[in-house]
Amino acid sequence: MGLALLAIIWLITFVSTYFFAAKTWWLPHGAAASAQWIDSQFALTYALMGIVFVAAQVALGWLVWRYQDKGPSQPVKYTHGNTKLELIWTTLTAVLFIGLNLMGSSVWAAERFEPAVAGSIPVEVTGMQFAWYFRYAGPDGKFGATQPKLMDPSAGNEAAIGLDTSDAASKDDVVTGTMYLPVNREVDLHLRSVDVIHSFFVPSFRFKQDAVPGLEIHMHITPTEIGDYEIACAELCGLGHYKMHGMVHVVSQEDFDKWMAAREAEK
Amino acid sequence: MSSISPPIPVDVLKGGRGGPTPPKSGGDGYRGDGSPNYGQRLRRARLGLIVGLASVTMIFVSLTSALVFRQGLPTFDPTTSSYVRDWIPLNLPVALLVVNTVLLLFSSLSAELARRQVTRQAALAPVHSIPGVSLGNERQFPWLAVTLVLGTGFLAGQWMAWREMADRGFYVATSASSSFFYLLTATHAAHLGGGILVLLYAAGTSLLHRPVEKRRIVVDVTAWYWHFMFVLWIYIFALLWFVK
Amino acid sequence: MATSATVHSHAAPQGFIRKYVFSLDHKVIGLQYYFLALVAVFVGMFLSLLMRIHMIWPTAVLPLIGEIKPETYLQLLTMHGTIMVFFVLTTAPQGGFGNYFLPIQIGAPDMAFPVLNMLSFWTTFVAFVVLICAFFVTGGAPLHGWTGYAPLSALTNSGPGEQLGADLWITSIAIFCIASLMGALNFITTTLDMRAKGMTMFRLPLTVWAWFITAILGLLAFGVLLSAGILLLLDRNVGTSFYVPLVVVNGQVMGHKGGSPLLWQHLFWFFGHPEVYIAILPGMGVASQLLSTFARKPIFGYKAMVYAIMAIGFLGFMVWGHHMFMSGMSPYSAFAFSIMTMAIGVPSAIKTFNWLGTLMHARIRFQTPMLYAVGFVSLFVSGGLSGPFLAQPTLDIPLHDTAFVVGHFHLIMGVAAIFGMFAGTYYWFPKMFGRMMNETWGRIHFVITLIGTYCIFMPMHYLGMAGQPRRYSQFTELNYLHNLIPLNTFITYAAIITISAQFIFVINLFWSMFKGPKASDNPWQATTLEWTTATPPPHDNFGGVTPVVYHGPYEYSVPGAKQDFILQTDPAGATAH
Repeated sequence: MGLALLAIIWLITFVSTYFFAAKTWWLPHGAAASAQWIDSQFALTYALMGIVFVAAQVALGWLVWRYQDKGPSQPVKYTHGNTKLELIWTTLTAVLFIGLNLMGSSVWAAERFEPAVAGSIPVEVTGMQFAWYFRYAGPDGKFGATQPKLMDPSAGNEAAIGLDTSDAASKDDVVTGTMYLPVNREVDLHLRSVDVIHSFFVPSFRFKQDAVPGLEIHMHITPTEIGDYEIACAELCGLGHYKMHGMVHVVSQEDFDKWMAAREAEK
Repeated sequence: MSSISPPIPVDVLKGGRGGPTPPKSGGDGYRGDGSPNYGQRLRRARLGLIVGLASVTMIFVSLTSALVFRQGLPTFDPTTSSYVRDWIPLNLPVALLVVNTVLLLFSSLSAELARRQVTRQAALAPVHSIPGVSLGNERQFPWLAVTLVLGTGFLAGQWMAWREMADRGFYVATSASSSFFYLLTATHAAHLGGGILVLLYAAGTSLLHRPVEKRRIVVDVTAWYWHFMFVLWIYIFALLWFVK
Repeated sequence: MATSATVHSHAAPQGFIRKYVFSLDHKVIGLQYYFLALVAVFVGMFLSLLMRIHMIWPTAVLPLIGEIKPETYLQLLTMHGTIMVFFVLTTAPQGGFGNYFLPIQIGAPDMAFPVLNMLSFWTTFVAFVVLICAFFVTGGAPLHGWTGYAPLSALTNSGPGEQLGADLWITSIAIFCIASLMGALNFITTTLDMRAKGMTMFRLPLTVWAWFITAILGLLAFGVLLSAGILLLLDRNVGTSFYVPLVVVNGQVMGHKGGSPLLWQHLFWFFGHPEVYIAILPGMGVASQLLSTFARKPIFGYKAMVYAIMAIGFLGFMVWGHHMFMSGMSPYSAFAFSIMTMAIGVPSAIKTFNWLGTLMHARIRFQTPMLYAVGFVSLFVSGGLSGPFLAQPTLDIPLHDTAFVVGHFHLIMGVAAIFGMFAGTYYWFPKMFGRMMNETWGRIHFVITLIGTYCIFMPMHYLGMAGQPRRYSQFTELNYLHNLIPLNTFITYAAIITISAQFIFVINLFWSMFKGPKASDNPWQATTLEWTTATPPPHDNFGGVTPVVYHGPYEYSVPGAKQDFILQTDPAGATAH
């Protein structure tokens, strides 16, 4: 039975490790500035944990095979442990785990401790059951007021977020159901939610942030490649959670300006 | 049973190696001769109370953290796109609450007197079993009943305080501050109500002439619980006062 | 065996009701908890089967059940999580085996407060009934997940099932909290006050340490969940705004304002994180016990194991924020929580090293309980090592709320903890029922379940890295999810096979109760106190005699001893441990 256990444990280990190593299913291609740092921290964690995983499972399998009961004359080492060994492996584990965390902390700090840089383009992202709306401030650079009692999801876009048209600043606000962003420019996201918690998740940007009612959360991202990227909602928000999706179109600055101008003209 | 050749004498109770030594007699509440071990049972009941009070404490710790969190929390107002604080100070009926506190204080004192009274009775119980011996003055002052009356009075006073708050326009859902007022006082009142039920049970054991040692355990544990409820009330009152 | 003065034993109860229904005997109560959990786990597994079928065949119409709509999927998901976490993982390892064997392993005749013990079981039972009722009321069960985030759970119009169903869900959990607090009180008082002579704290079996620390975690955590639930009930029914700010649902402005959804998360996870340690610690205790017994060798580093359990328990209260890295919580708090979370990996690693150390230079017997104990270690390693990914907030960004998390916690709670229960069942079955379970079917069940559960939950890590969010009822709407459907299909087939294989266990369990070969008092030649008494143990556990303890719990293969094990109650022996 010891051999069978070894075989099963090693088989499971090697099959799992194969698919991890072959990256058969993997993180999508990163298309934002932060993806590079996040991916390298991921790779480091993954390599270290992978080594530990393989070592521990291989050791377990080997031990149960090597020390299976082969007869009463088999010597057994009567020991209650080895304090020195305990201290060594405790220290090494602590150094590994906490060191790994500290190494990634600068990435977290850059992502989240600092606000968006000056000159970033502000975009307000509003989540509601079950759609995302994006608001651009327009030439005045200011977002106009919204009123909860003006919200009418069935009328879409401006009405869905309850844009208060009596506010001067809201006259040039553009509200769309798809997100357009210029490439290589930092975006200052204002995340809001109207009803329950949603989460704005763009896998290709390595970006995720919950949109919480009662809060307006500021985050920044910098898309680095032109393309179309899907948005998924990543916090259970009701029966339509699985279909609350959107699209980010990252285009050149000129195409973005053309698109904005077209939206302004429509108003 | 396994038999192992020559028993090697071993010092069984190596306290230093093993940690605190357990009680010497069987752990089941009875002495070796079959008579009940009330001292052990009292200790165990008190230990159970302390453990139980830890969980009650956690309930109030979590309610306190919720209150502190909520009080300091600004909420995003979409109409002005800014954060506003909406903690409305409470207009507490302080005089009434002070009266209730005094009632509870006196009930705690009477509970303590009841506890000491029954401890004495339990200590003297063996004397009563000697035929022909009497300690005189068989009727003792009903401190337990006094506690019950004062405790019920506290609950009635709390009910009046709630009515007063409602009259002042603070209902449960009026504001976060009023919600916490009702929540904290009601949770405390519920726990105190539980204490009253146990006191009634203690009174019942007395009327039904259960052994005084058993009654002592019930009254002892209930009295300590009661003192805890009093200290808890002081804490809640102070908290409501300082965050109002 | 040396005896102390004869213990006064209480008369055993007569009559069916006193003996089997409202019994005060911790052994009967333990079995009641165990069988409640057995029913619950089959209900929970059935729900997950329906979920997996819907994910792959969203439009399928099933016999008797009909079509599963997206909201139904979420209702199944919510109830699956709630039933499994509370009525299986918190009930069987602690309430089941803990109740049955803690008093015996410490040499006590029963729990400290038998009436409270009986009440705690029946309160748990009532909680289960209330929860199941949610399926049958108007609107059905709630759809907000076992985590019940507000405002989704706090608004009655946020979705189907969020009216009476959600109120029943909260009520059931509140009742469960009270039941657990009663149980915790009993476990702690018993362990501290009722140990037999010679049973010092550092001679306790690791199973007892695990149940003891688990009870402390429960004592301090369940009160917080109770508070959280009361606040949620008030928000839903009385119009308070603890958790709900100004919100607009479907164009309708709701009457709340100023509340904080994050407050729910803080309160819930302050409970929720210790809860997952409550789910796993008893399994670790069982693993330690069985590895030592079947390897015929003392556990490697007993004291370190005890300190590790304590450290896990203590640190378990300091890491709750790691569930909230993406929640809008302060990023500075996130950093602090992540350091604590990495720290908690250290005692877990120590335990794993010590388990491996126990196996080295041993003489391992592979009866079925041992297979599950070894399986536990493998699963704990696998499930544990995905933790350091999630513990780093930077890496949590792509992985939070994806299938990666689902794979992580299922490997530990859904499989390793369950293996702890399987191990405990096969191990203690002879003592509880006087018969042995069938070894051959045990092995078959073990192999299918080990491979099957790895096939179900390991691929979820790949899916999570690829960006598959959790709690999605189907993968038809997002283009990038289409490529992941084949792997999801594989998981569904693995689930169907593995769930079917669990019937092998149940049949083995019940068949062996009546027809299994008779067991001796100590079939595993183990050292702890339950193996020194009759089978099944008499009403007061030791037949009128108080045990006296002379040794630690893992004296196997002691040099110079006549046999390769020394009972804890054996006065002779060449050791002072």
